[in-house]
Amino acid sequence: MLAIYKKELRIYFHTMIGFAFIAFIVFLVSMFFCLYNLTAGNASFSTSLSGVSFVFFIVMPILTMRIMAEEKRQKTDQMLYTAPVRITGIVLGKFFAMVTILLIPAILFLVYPLILSLYGKSGRSMTADYIAILGFVLFGAMYLAIGLFISTLTESQVIAAVLTFVLLLFTYFIELILIQIPGTAAASLVGFSAFVILAGMILYYLTKHVVAAAVAGCLLEIILVVLYFVKRTWFEGGITTVLNVLNCSGRLKNFYAGVLDLNEILYFISGCAIFIFLTVQAIQKKRYS
Amino acid sequence: MIEVKNLVKTYGKNTVVDHLDFHIKKGQVCGFLGPNGAGKSTTMNMITGYIAMTEGEVRINGYDIFEDPEQAKKSIGYLPEIPPVYMDLTPYEYLLFAAELKGIERVKRKAMVQDVMEMTKITHMKDRLIKNLSKGYRQRVGLAQALIGYPEVLILDEPTVGLDPKQIIEMRQLIRELGTNHTIILSSHILSEISEVCDHVLIITNGKLVADDSMASLQKRCEGSNLLLLTVKGDEHIIGNILRSTKGIKNFKMIESQYDKGALDLTLELEEGADVREHLFTSCAREHCTILMMKNDKLTLEQIFLELTKTEELVYEAEEEEKGQPAGKEKEE
Repeated sequence: MLAIYKKELRIYFHTMIGFAFIAFIVFLVSMFFCLYNLTAGNASFSTSLSGVSFVFFIVMPILTMRIMAEEKRQKTDQMLYTAPVRITGIVLGKFFAMVTILLIPAILFLVYPLILSLYGKSGRSMTADYIAILGFVLFGAMYLAIGLFISTLTESQVIAAVLTFVLLLFTYFIELILIQIPGTAAASLVGFSAFVILAGMILYYLTKHVVAAAVAGCLLEIILVVLYFVKRTWFEGGITTVLNVLNCSGRLKNFYAGVLDLNEILYFISGCAIFIFLTVQAIQKKRYS
Repeated sequence: MIEVKNLVKTYGKNTVVDHLDFHIKKGQVCGFLGPNGAGKSTTMNMITGYIAMTEGEVRINGYDIFEDPEQAKKSIGYLPEIPPVYMDLTPYEYLLFAAELKGIERVKRKAMVQDVMEMTKITHMKDRLIKNLSKGYRQRVGLAQALIGYPEVLILDEPTVGLDPKQIIEMRQLIRELGTNHTIILSSHILSEISEVCDHVLIITNGKLVADDSMASLQKRCEGSNLLLLTVKGDEHIIGNILRSTKGIKNFKMIESQYDKGALDLTLELEEGADVREHLFTSCAREHCTILMMKNDKLTLEQIFLELTKTEELVYEAEEEEKGQPAGKEKEE
């Protein structure tokens, strides 16, 4: 795992991607810091940080797109998978290398609240700013895990980048979507049906078997409809609850507000864990097919 | 050393590797031969544990590649068809990474990398980025990576593809040297290469094994492998008479030589065990026909190969009968 970790870091800095990523984030945050905090006199650094989080779905794919796709295209994965190491170790090494790149600007940001404290005390404590930075790292790590997973699915860096971008954009705008969705049971039925169709499509992608995927999809849909007529109360507000789980940028807002909640921390960590697990499974599946 | 039992790989309805069974002994240099698309690379990928088999098992040093992957992989060095090098690293960094990946202790790494670079002659290139190296050097870096950790088994998938003639000769030389203390599987579709380097041959077509034999007995196996080539200066009739009066010649062909004016190129097919060289020499001398060139020839591996892959069903049956016999000579070094 350590070997992979070091190699990834080395490649990030040989290819400039690492420098470019760090420079871009630091530049943007510093610009917001100057505008909001220094010029406009806002006392909390988290304001500048939250102002920048919209670029996350643009810069994260840059870091993640090559991580697995390039190995596959250059056939270097043959070396990794025939070496006496576990696949989990390989994936974790890659993930932590990316997190390390993300940590470099985050460590730099630790100085900014100190700079602000030079101008005197404000109503807000400095801890709130540090909680915001922690949120920034956790949120970024989860985006990296998502990008890592998508990069395993394809050989092309461009496809990996675009897919990651779309998915991250979706999680970013999910809050706006949530407001639009009515809480009625019927709306939930429609929403869940969409999930069933998606599940059927994934099943088809995995098995390449039209009949099996269609039968499984129809069965799920029938169960759904029966449940809808039997236990209608279950469906009320159901889809919003489910979509709320995906609402990671909403959870980030709590951090930016200076609230440290164990739930939210666990949410991001388990999000990383799920996508790392999926990455390992995707690699295993490729080897067995 | 390497045991492959009943190995099958299917992609959908296509059977790429079809019930392969073979055993490679310690110290053997084994050529893995087959036309394009025969399933060579797929088999190698399964032996090294890169992809999973549909059926069957592979044991390296007694360890199953899927039950005990870490133990089994420790004794394998693998050079895939395309060298698995990172373009954005230098050979030195890359080899250090390979050493760490293979779990070599920190104190031994640098010395081992130096040693491996000496063996593959890339020391003077160690600080250039791999993307700036030529194909030949990349190939060598790939081989160096396989050698890291001094594994007992080396699996090389077409190691000389894309090299220039000088590099090919050097690569073969290196493989021969390595063969003295490694077990090697070497795939290729260049037959002269196999015949030069290997002492054992496996031939597959369409995923099936059609030959598993030592180099020497494979060459013996084909009929009419006793050929004699001559270039003789002299009259066509006189030479014809000499040949007809010589015992042991089954057949002969006579054409005008391209290179020597007034000379004839002869191809003689001899009966098994017959040696007519001395007799020809004295009879030609008596008739004042000068022999400019005379050499023994055998059917090339190419010809044997074509024969094997053409009549695969028949040969396969013959192979089954012969299986009881010892596998042939082993390298004694």
